[in-house]
Amino acid sequence: MTKGPLALPVRLRRALYGALWAAPMPAWQLVFFAAPFALLTALSFWSVRNFRLVPDVSTAAWDWLLTTDYVRDTLLRTLAYAGGAAVLVTLLAFPAALAIAFVLRPRARAAVLALLVVPFFTSYLVRVYSWQTFLADNGIVNAVLRPLGLEVAGMLNSPFAMMVGYATLCLPLVVILQSMSLLAIDRTLIHAAHNLRCGPLRTVGAVIVPAARPGIVVGAVFAFILCFGDFVTPLYLGGGKHPTLAILIADTVKAGQQWPRAAVVALVMMAVLLTTALAALSFAYRRRGS
Amino acid sequence: MIANRFVRRALLAYLGLVLLFAFAPIAAGFVFSVNSDRFPSLPLGSFTLDWYRAVFEDALVVESFRNSLLVGLAAAPLATLIGFAAAYADYRFRFFGQRAVLVLGLLPPTIPVVILGVAMLAFLARLGLAGTLTAVIVCHVVVCAPFAMAVARLRFAQIDPDLEIAAQNLGASDWRAFAAVIVPMAWPALMAAMFLSLAVSFDEYMIAWFVGGLNETVPVRVLGFLQGQVSPRIHAIGAVSFLVSILLVALAQMLTSRMTRH
Repeated sequence: MTKGPLALPVRLRRALYGALWAAPMPAWQLVFFAAPFALLTALSFWSVRNFRLVPDVSTAAWDWLLTTDYVRDTLLRTLAYAGGAAVLVTLLAFPAALAIAFVLRPRARAAVLALLVVPFFTSYLVRVYSWQTFLADNGIVNAVLRPLGLEVAGMLNSPFAMMVGYATLCLPLVVILQSMSLLAIDRTLIHAAHNLRCGPLRTVGAVIVPAARPGIVVGAVFAFILCFGDFVTPLYLGGGKHPTLAILIADTVKAGQQWPRAAVVALVMMAVLLTTALAALSFAYRRRGS
Repeated sequence: MIANRFVRRALLAYLGLVLLFAFAPIAAGFVFSVNSDRFPSLPLGSFTLDWYRAVFEDALVVESFRNSLLVGLAAAPLATLIGFAAAYADYRFRFFGQRAVLVLGLLPPTIPVVILGVAMLAFLARLGLAGTLTAVIVCHVVVCAPFAMAVARLRFAQIDPDLEIAAQNLGASDWRAFAAVIVPMAWPALMAAMFLSLAVSFDEYMIAWFVGGLNETVPVRVLGFLQGQVSPRIHAIGAVSFLVSILLVALAQMLTSRMTRH
């Protein structure tokens, strides 16, 4: 008690010292991350008069979203593409993750996982352009197939090409996430299944998949998020004939003054992603049997 | 673990296919960047460095490399400092809203960049910053800081909190203890976070396209090529950016693996 007058400054100094470290991240993210989203929400109710954006409480943009057929179609199309890609990539990744977790030795496993990180740091744009040269009618795939008489026309600008693009975007990441969760499985479970004469397929279905469910679902969620927001694949591999919401936003913003509409589409995308992610994660971590 | 030899071989072969799929576009990019054909396909034309020459004689491309460098050199150190400070605060102190700080720090990379781009352009336009490199820098800090924080957190998970307290018990001030204990131990993590942030900033195209206006970074220039005159120049730029990014990531990886050994 005798050092009462001094105690406060010392405690204050400690608090200031702590705040100095703790504050920059929330400060920066509140100003340049949270504030833009607050503004975006407000913008969705503003109106455009004489090509100028004016603060307002108008639901015009929301009405446009709810009543315009092609907006609804675009939303459903984007959901279908992203959902389809998430399922496809999850299925394609699983055997590769099994190989990494249960066949490879530790050194080879580390090397393969490191290789799978490499694409993440190469330009996705450039890889998509590369796929154009593979899939074009006179491209590499057909140059290989032509001598065999198996030429395939129209691969580019098709749903197939889009799935190739989506897999390019997220397959490595999903393989890594699945491998991590397979590696975390208690190996005695698998030995037990083996001792009980459970065949390999049944072991995968009854033991491995349920035990690795969180990793598998998290991988699928990431794939869904990445594909749902992707702009490059639908435009440069899908040919832009069947636009997705990301293309719709970019067009709306770049074309001019339709800010409230762009804001509404962005908010709906956020809502869809949030709902999907929360539903999927609660499924992933739900206790078995409940 | 899997006993059946046939199944093991099939799984390994499949893994090989997955790796082939992941690396085919990257490898093809390198090959066609030195191939003479205007429209790349098989059989290959002759070897040439013309596309690289064309790229480095293109004023817009040179300008975009300059812009990317500027943005990276400004955004990466700032993101590293902010991310590192948040990780340190989380490791060292207990305070109100600690979880909220972490969530706010980790959220941006989970939101599609097209949405980030729209929101940030709307906001920065009100501040009169739209179309400037400053805008790109500010946004890249938002996107890179979470990665920097994640790398720093990995390191702090290995540092015994008693070390710093011991230094203080021996009479060191807060700053002195920080400088003498934390800085040397966390130095590799700081550098790793910085190189990772540089790599992330260097590859980010969507936000930069929205908020940067005519100030194009390298990937925004590639986007420009894709919309206009596609040519193997894209592969030449891709090859150069690939080497830059991989160099940065390899440096980050070397530093993190060294720090886990200590």
